[in-house]
Amino acid sequence: MANGNKKIDLNRRKFLLNATSVTGAIGATALGVPFVSSMLPSEKAKAAGAPVEFDVSSVSPGQIKTTEWRGQPVWILNRSKGMLLSLEANSNNLSDPDLKVVSQQPKYCQNATRSIKSNVLVVVGICTHLGCSPSPKLDKKGDMGAEWEGGFFCPCHGSKFDLAGRVYKGSPAPTNLVVPPHKYLDDNTIVIGEDQEEKA
Amino acid sequence: MPNNKNETTGLIGWIDERFPLSSFIKNHLTEYYAPKNFNFWYFFGALALFVFVMQILTGIFLTMHYKPDAALAFASVEYIMRDVSFGWLIRYLHSTGASLFFVVIYLHMFKGLMYGSYKKPRELLWLFGVLIFLLLMAEAFFGYLLPWGQMSYWGAQVIVNLFATIPFIGPDLAEWVRGDYLVSDATLNRFFAFHVIALPLALAGLIFGHLIALHEVGSNNPDGVEIKAVKDKKTGIPLDGIPFHPYYTVKDLIGLSVFLIVFASIVFFAPEMGGYFLEHNNFVPANPLVTPDHIAPVWYFTPFYSILRAVPPILNSQFPGVAAMGLSVMIFFLVPWLDKSPVRSIRYKGLLYKKWLTAFVLSFFVLGYLGTVPSNIWGQFNSLLPLLGGGDVATFVARIFTAIYFSFFIFMPYYSKKDKTKKVPNRVTMP
Repeated sequence: MANGNKKIDLNRRKFLLNATSVTGAIGATALGVPFVSSMLPSEKAKAAGAPVEFDVSSVSPGQIKTTEWRGQPVWILNRSKGMLLSLEANSNNLSDPDLKVVSQQPKYCQNATRSIKSNVLVVVGICTHLGCSPSPKLDKKGDMGAEWEGGFFCPCHGSKFDLAGRVYKGSPAPTNLVVPPHKYLDDNTIVIGEDQEEKA
Repeated sequence: MPNNKNETTGLIGWIDERFPLSSFIKNHLTEYYAPKNFNFWYFFGALALFVFVMQILTGIFLTMHYKPDAALAFASVEYIMRDVSFGWLIRYLHSTGASLFFVVIYLHMFKGLMYGSYKKPRELLWLFGVLIFLLLMAEAFFGYLLPWGQMSYWGAQVIVNLFATIPFIGPDLAEWVRGDYLVSDATLNRFFAFHVIALPLALAGLIFGHLIALHEVGSNNPDGVEIKAVKDKKTGIPLDGIPFHPYYTVKDLIGLSVFLIVFASIVFFAPEMGGYFLEHNNFVPANPLVTPDHIAPVWYFTPFYSILRAVPPILNSQFPGVAAMGLSVMIFFLVPWLDKSPVRSIRYKGLLYKKWLTAFVLSFFVLGYLGTVPSNIWGQFNSLLPLLGGGDVATFVARIFTAIYFSFFIFMPYYSKKDKTKKVPNRVTMP
């Protein structure tokens, strides 16, 4: 083979070329893994989601307060009796009044008021459309038009939610606002970020 | 004795023996023949290149003072504005440059649509251009987060969440892009990396490719006549061609002078442009807990943003709107193959194409305006109306113009074929 034989084995050449290319491509892909994964949330970011406590009694009926959990706004709304009554009347205008999309609230809030205590709504104040924070428009009517029953209005793309964070039909947001896992330590203190134990 | 083919001597000769300096100047400037009938619309390519260079230069100097850290970014921009010597000027040049980059690029693209500059053999030239436009939008988006104002923050929040709507992989993809569960310091830091190194490098490469492709096929012109078809028999030079240098370099300098007058007027007298170039809400530091009452992207994104808002969610998913917005940009890639007209230039196309192009430009402006205002700006339809009842009027109008926007492309194969064209002359016409 060394000298004299000038015939080129094209099949062998093709095989070697392909084998080298495939090996090279596998190597390049493997090298890409550390770079791609370096962009994932770091260990520090993952550790930052600790639960937070909140004193519910600081919110008087009809009022709303905002706290922060995992960098997101969480609303605590103390609904007055009138507000709770309006919830039932809304059902026909909502996309998902029966909470069929179960991922939007924990099991223990899978009820008509989407809450543990009927008056206290705890909800993540991030629109399910593209992540803006809606503005509370708690009062009836006002700048929201004559038929507004009170709720939340997202300034980014005009999504509307009622006072249980349920989305109105015709909104760009596809699902209801998220109720975060939370539990009552005592009558007035809630912990956001920890699930309430299921009643046996 | 010179032994290079340009027969240059001295220093230039020494260089030419080792590097194709004189040949390059000949091939691309003094003996590069461009059609002699360029008009107003042919200024914008050169102007875009100028703005690109200026953004790089001003960007380098801004980087010397800016801090890509969520805790420091907003203050470092204010530091540039107040304490850095002439910092305000450098920043305003950069922010005004960003807006005018898009003005120039949109006019440059409109020129292409008018004169059929994407038609064979310039398809690849057009593809390079659309790719540059796409990366330019990404570059502007990444840059807009850096001042870490309210609009920076919530704009990024919305755009990154667009990725989250992609079925199946969306949420993980958005998390990967952000590097966190919400837009945060990690996001700011990587957007800075993309903005100052990754995209400018890619853009420079693509612009190089765009110019190489241009010089391979030669410029189109307002008549859409192929000047290489009629050449001087002796010299082989196109009869309708003139050397790029000095003719067009000098002409472009005039265009540049006028452009710089406009540019300087904005930088010195209206750098915020009434909230269109620098939005008012961006003078408030980013606050992850409160979205401003009205958020809107910078003006150059608003036509596409309007399309996003116009498409309602389908099957509990907002992905269709996101897909429509993506498609509204991507569809430019297909134009060379959608246009079935036998002629290039609008001068020889029929009334049909003119009507469609007008409708398209109109829809671009209307969508652009609607994207800057809240969707309830024109109130709601009377709730008693069938179908429309209770819906936002502006959203309805946006839907109509979104349909027109897409129709321009979708029906192009049909109307461009049916259109009554005029006969194209052999030589370019001069006014």
